[in-house]
Amino acid sequence: MTVLQPAADTPIVSAAAQLPAEDRPRPLRKRTTDDVLSVIGSLLGSAALVWLVYFEILPLSGLVGFIVCWYFAFLAMYAGVTSLSHPRPVVTSRLMGAAVTAAALLVGFALFTVIGYTFWQGRFALPHLNFFTHDAAGVRVQDPLNHGGIEHAIVGSLIQLGIAVAVSLPLGLGTAIFMTEVGGWFAKVVRTVVEAMTAVPDLLAGLFVYVTLIVGLGMSRTGLAAAIALSVTMTPIIARSAEVALRVVPGGLREAGLALGASHWQTVRRVVLPTARPGLATALILAMARGIGETAPLLIVSGASTFMNANPLNQPMNSLPLYIFQGARSGQPLQIERAFGAASVLLAIVFVLFVITRFLARQRVGRR
Amino acid sequence: MAVSADLPRVIHPGLPGVDRVFHGSTRSIAVLVLVIFGSIGAFLGYQAIPTFHRYGLKFLTQHDWQPRLNQIGILSTLIGTIEIALVALIIAFPLALGTALFISEYAPARIKSTLVSLIDLMAAVPSIIYGLWGALLLMPHAKFVSRWLHQTFGFIPIFKVDTDPHAAVWAQSRYTSSAFIAGICVAMMVLPIACAVMRGVFAQAPLGEREAAYALGATRWGMIRSVVLPFGRGGIIGGTMLGLGRALGETIAVLLIISLAFDINFRILQAGSSSISALIADRFGDATTNQLAALLTAGFVLFVMTLLVNTVAAIFISRSRSGAMTEI
Repeated sequence: MTVLQPAADTPIVSAAAQLPAEDRPRPLRKRTTDDVLSVIGSLLGSAALVWLVYFEILPLSGLVGFIVCWYFAFLAMYAGVTSLSHPRPVVTSRLMGAAVTAAALLVGFALFTVIGYTFWQGRFALPHLNFFTHDAAGVRVQDPLNHGGIEHAIVGSLIQLGIAVAVSLPLGLGTAIFMTEVGGWFAKVVRTVVEAMTAVPDLLAGLFVYVTLIVGLGMSRTGLAAAIALSVTMTPIIARSAEVALRVVPGGLREAGLALGASHWQTVRRVVLPTARPGLATALILAMARGIGETAPLLIVSGASTFMNANPLNQPMNSLPLYIFQGARSGQPLQIERAFGAASVLLAIVFVLFVITRFLARQRVGRR
Repeated sequence: MAVSADLPRVIHPGLPGVDRVFHGSTRSIAVLVLVIFGSIGAFLGYQAIPTFHRYGLKFLTQHDWQPRLNQIGILSTLIGTIEIALVALIIAFPLALGTALFISEYAPARIKSTLVSLIDLMAAVPSIIYGLWGALLLMPHAKFVSRWLHQTFGFIPIFKVDTDPHAAVWAQSRYTSSAFIAGICVAMMVLPIACAVMRGVFAQAPLGEREAAYALGATRWGMIRSVVLPFGRGGIIGGTMLGLGRALGETIAVLLIISLAFDINFRILQAGSSSISALIADRFGDATTNQLAALLTAGFVLFVMTLLVNTVAAIFISRSRSGAMTEI
């Protein structure tokens, strides 16, 4: 969206007053020297002032406090500098700009520390090859990192995710097709319920599967139960984002298909679904990224094995989130290092899924 | 054959067979999904009946969770849940609003899509990762902030802690594992959800009205205040409520940070808090049959709470979308 914006925060009126006789186009999206210099000057000035007062005069220490004080001193100084040469609306505008930018920077910094910290702490466990090729059977908590690994958790996570996709993809996609292509009053009911379910805590999906399958049908805590709990959380996500993808398929395409004599099913199969394919893939992968990181339902319905178990039907099965959780709660330094190694692997898987999503989403934009 | 009279073309009404199968099968999938998800509430509610029967309203007004003494109540847990969610919301709301405004109004057009996907990525990071971050990186730093808040605002009851903040060797463990720190961590998960909703609504603010504000001489903030924020009010409220729903149900990060305690504790900086989801996840493994029923009942209470919050959020968001009609 392109909006004609006046040069940074300066109102048009003051710019127009300086115009010579002939019309000159208003400069767009260009910062004036005044804009840039008042920011830089206020930043430097407040840093020097706060450093002097904070560290040298007052008996204070701590980086967080310094940065907070610096920021508020910067706001004050920036407001002062601006009010020397500008009216009040410009002062407000610049202050709010500084506040908004600071909020975004803080959020970016927090996200950076989350990701950076995980990989940084994973640096102990990740270089060991056995970390990826061994399971944790017979590994004691005091054993060094060249013993045992998380192969069983990786394999378990992938198997559970595979089953969950096999269950939730047809259900989610079918529901999305019903909501957009078939429609009717019943579709509205379904949409309301699906939307409500997307936001229900994932823990409750675990409780639900526990009540129905484990208490009700007498299943044991196997990989299958975990996979079903995952699909309960993934189905509404797929249904909702697939519905959005299907809804943006132009209605003209559907009508063209029907006008050529195709049946409704043929139109959906040959026109609507292929057009929406990137969006549908995005929906699936987003749900996968969400599903592979789910921990809460697994705590309820899945046992955690220490050994390799590729059979989802009997014996408990471990998974990455459960492994991380147990490692983090154990309090043992080596187990925590292993947990961070597993967290790095989990985060890397989420990244890969995410990059694929972005790639597919961009393809859709390029094709139009 | 003489064409004496125009014969109407025979039209086969109704759907061809293949479409009947198609409609039937998608409808049955939808019914199946509806039954599965509708029954979540029904099953949890059914499991809750015996507990409510046995403890009655005391289940909601009793604060202690001691199944051995036959004292089961979730009052302290409810309060803890709401405290954590409110702290998370108070932190996340200004940051989400600022980030959404930055992305939609301030960021250069080149990096806008990158920033949007960063927020999406933030939403995709598993909560266990935020839990590790909160428990091992955030907590050692946040206790200093807690202590400072106690020193400075200790006269306000919620910032009180049962220890002397000015002691030379201060009791660090009194400030860890608190609702405040859990709230900061939950804020990280609430933020991307609220931010994505707000940004989506801000981006829809009508171009014509933006231009009009600029043409009347508004500064950038003047334009935002008079056009973007009023237009996006529904989205701001809806996104925040959606975040609140997420904050109420967050499990793993809270469980890793707080130490479960069942006192009615309004002191958010003090160690020891409790939340429904953390209680369920913590006690589920070694629960007896009676206790399981009580935990499921707590789950049902959580379900009702989040459903209420999310429904209100959905109403606000859908209202803001209808605001798009004002576009000129």
